[in-house]
Amino acid sequence: MDKESTDKEMIVTLQVNGLTVRRFVPATMTLVEYLREELGLTGTKKGCDVGDCGCCTVLADGDPVLSCLALAVDFQGREITTIEGLAKGQELHPVQRAFVDEGGLQCGYCTPAMVLNAVALLNHQANPSAQEIKECISGTICRCTGYTKIEESIALAADRQRGQK
Amino acid sequence: MSYRIVGKKTPYVDAVDKVTGRAKYTDDLRLHHPLRVKIVRSPYANARIVGIDLSAARAVEGVVDFVVGADFRHTFGVLPISKDEPAMAKERVRYVGEPVVAIIAESERAAVQASRLVRVNYEVLKPHLDPQKSLNESTDLIHPELGKKNNLHKSVNQSFGDVVAGLRSADVVVEHQFEFESVTHAFTEPHATQVEWEGENLTVYSATQVPHYLHRALAEVLELPMHRLRVVKPHLGGGFGGKSDPFPHEMIAVKAALKTGRNIRLAFEREEVFYSHHGRHPTKISMKLGVSRDAGIQALDGYMLIDGGAYGSFGVVTTYYNGVLLQGPYNVPNINFHCDRVYTNKPMCGAMRGHGGVNPRFASEVLFDEACVRLKIDPCEMRLKHFHQPNSKTINEFRITSVGIHHGLRNAMAASGWSQKYQKLPFGKGIGVACGFFISGSALPIHWNEMPQSTVRLGIDYDGGVSLYSGASDIGQGSNTMLAQMAAEVLGLPMTMIKVLAADTRHCPIDYGSYSSRVTFMAGNAARNAAIRMRRQLLEAACQLLECEAPIPTPPGEPENFFRQGGRPPDYGALYLGANPNYEDGYLFVDEKIVAPDGREVKYLDAVRKALDFQGALQSKGGYVSPKMGGSFKGAGAGLSPSYSYTAFISEVTVDPATGFVKVDRVTCAHDYGQALNPLAVEGQLQGSIHMGLGQALMEGMRYDDGAVQNASLLEYKIPSPFEMPEVVIVPGSGDECEGPFGAKEVGEGALAPFIPSVANAIYDAVGVRLYSVPLTPDKVLEALRQHAGGAHAP
Repeated sequence: MDKESTDKEMIVTLQVNGLTVRRFVPATMTLVEYLREELGLTGTKKGCDVGDCGCCTVLADGDPVLSCLALAVDFQGREITTIEGLAKGQELHPVQRAFVDEGGLQCGYCTPAMVLNAVALLNHQANPSAQEIKECISGTICRCTGYTKIEESIALAADRQRGQK
Repeated sequence: MSYRIVGKKTPYVDAVDKVTGRAKYTDDLRLHHPLRVKIVRSPYANARIVGIDLSAARAVEGVVDFVVGADFRHTFGVLPISKDEPAMAKERVRYVGEPVVAIIAESERAAVQASRLVRVNYEVLKPHLDPQKSLNESTDLIHPELGKKNNLHKSVNQSFGDVVAGLRSADVVVEHQFEFESVTHAFTEPHATQVEWEGENLTVYSATQVPHYLHRALAEVLELPMHRLRVVKPHLGGGFGGKSDPFPHEMIAVKAALKTGRNIRLAFEREEVFYSHHGRHPTKISMKLGVSRDAGIQALDGYMLIDGGAYGSFGVVTTYYNGVLLQGPYNVPNINFHCDRVYTNKPMCGAMRGHGGVNPRFASEVLFDEACVRLKIDPCEMRLKHFHQPNSKTINEFRITSVGIHHGLRNAMAASGWSQKYQKLPFGKGIGVACGFFISGSALPIHWNEMPQSTVRLGIDYDGGVSLYSGASDIGQGSNTMLAQMAAEVLGLPMTMIKVLAADTRHCPIDYGSYSSRVTFMAGNAARNAAIRMRRQLLEAACQLLECEAPIPTPPGEPENFFRQGGRPPDYGALYLGANPNYEDGYLFVDEKIVAPDGREVKYLDAVRKALDFQGALQSKGGYVSPKMGGSFKGAGAGLSPSYSYTAFISEVTVDPATGFVKVDRVTCAHDYGQALNPLAVEGQLQGSIHMGLGQALMEGMRYDDGAVQNASLLEYKIPSPFEMPEVVIVPGSGDECEGPFGAKEVGEGALAPFIPSVANAIYDAVGVRLYSVPLTPDKVLEALRQHAGGAHAP
């Protein structure tokens, strides 16, 4: 892209956590920048900005997306869910609850991404296998937990959600 | 004794904030109208700065000012004995990635654009990259200003017993050279710092493990009185030792605030995290072990050459820890070690989980395994006979208190099916053992002082909520949860009533931060002390309401109980009741009630308000002071700790002889952490240690070319994914540590080191080859198999 087109600003309208938001931003602004800097949704973390760590994962129409590799403008018309959009009032999403109860987090920096990965999985697969759980978090790096308690948290959330049905 | 909260699976106090995205990390803070800072770094490993041309960068719209080396008069370093690092390079650069110019701009875009227009004219010099060559270099030194005759930073040599005689008396002598690549912390949150003006003062929010060290270093380098600076650690996205130094970017951010009068925001890109590094030293070890059939290790002789990179960091401590942590977990009557830390033109190394003890542990455990094989003795049985005994002393005068590893290793043997598997598995499958030992905090402080190692303050006001102030940093290990547990247990309150306010130099008592596995033992003890003092005040108020005599508190006991070998006078009376002090007073503090021995009850809140009638504000404080310990020889303080953890690992692996690929299938771990205060956190620390150890064992390494890091991304510096993680079985291996708070000791670091040699020993059991170079990558396995071909165990 030449300099002029990278500096071009435009109105980007997104659906984020059920709300329509509109900002006048550079066309090259990434989704993570839009969420963090324009909307103040700092629950989405920036760990590498090049798609390696997965900490910036959000859901677009229910599927995990690395928001650092995505341009905000490309997500017009799609429903974005960030970690801030999961809990219903004071009631945590079952996946969030399970991460709290099972200690599926330590420093917490990858946690929003891990939780969203799991939410996406459980929406498609109510009774995931151990392999599917590993796969669903394998795009996100955690340096604290060794993943064990994250996997246990997801399995617990799946059990609890099935129990509620 | 059983407790309501301690010892129970307790969710982290900040877990809800973390799963909802509410938890604010440093770069999540939104200060008023901040300027952004971008650092231009050296592309050369060794060069003189001839000139800096900022004219083109200055012309970029939005650029406000610059920070350069000339803005700073003082160098710094985390250790007062090793202040060799400038906040920014002045006349010369010493590693690729060293900060040279910082741009202060109205937007990140402007700062980035300007950073490309900064012109630095360098006179490039030949870099010193090989530690051995650098050690022998006598001209063009990396730090000529230090007045040394070569690039040696620190050398430590300690000798106990008679190594020559020990080797002579041994039934077998094994020796080898070992080599280790550098590994880095790879925490997920990149370094970040923000600076906020408050009147004439500055608040520095930074991703740091030790607000106090940063506070000191900033005051010195920026030449400001400490009271004008406040350092706050927001939520921290992982440290592992890599955020325990004060850093150049923190000084740059404060200088930028001073120059512009504006708030400042600075965050690293991931690549910069790799340049900043401070990870585990690349290491070469030459070690010799004399082992006797009946008496175990008779002699250990080791030379460690550690590649420090461009500056000191924690390196003096690392140099000591390379040797002094070899004194366990076995009784070794004769030991000699020599460790050299040498400067090279690479990103500096420093403290990383298992600090200094990891690589030598690999060498000694692999050699011990080899000796057992040659002596035809089961390596578990051999180890079991020669572990430290409780309440004993090592040859270098470490005071040993509790030791749980004997039954820990037995449990691990039983759970792994050791005796059915060792030397009995089919080719390609193997099982291996290794053990280790680590400190629960250093007894001696970095900055010599007479203060308690840790102090905690409690406050209760009209609403009855307890505020717990501690300088310790929760870096994800759960220290805030641990501190809240202490107060909740002693005061009979739910966890939700304890609010921990930590890691803020304005509001919290001084604390040496989170490293060296010191927080649970030291800050935990301080919190227990403070909570007991608060309990006494509430008990007095409750007794007034019950119209009875308050029990006379148990006296703290005779000073010699805490200061076993004499030492400094215990004038901490108001602060210190001893390590893990008793608080049995006949009353029961439970469910927000105080229950008298006769069954009458006072509500907690009524007791609080009665106490407030007399005092207005309820306050208490508590400290931890370690006993006087150790020998009087030079360097006797290194590695001294009030308590040590022990670990036994049995690992099972599959080795593919066609590809050299190693898969760790199952790990059985017994770690002597004393009592588990929070099983969730204990398991999490052990699983995390195994993960980080697995990375170093099989895949991680900083790769350099001409001093430049070649794999400065989380794609190329690959850490283990969920698929590489083995099944982890944690078995009991601990007892009660009488001086630890509620019986606890270290769990966060010690388990990492012995895991790595347990994998190497399992590889030997699987395919009959020994690997002496870490990481144990497939190419090395294949090469070893090729060399071994024709041997008894080969396919």
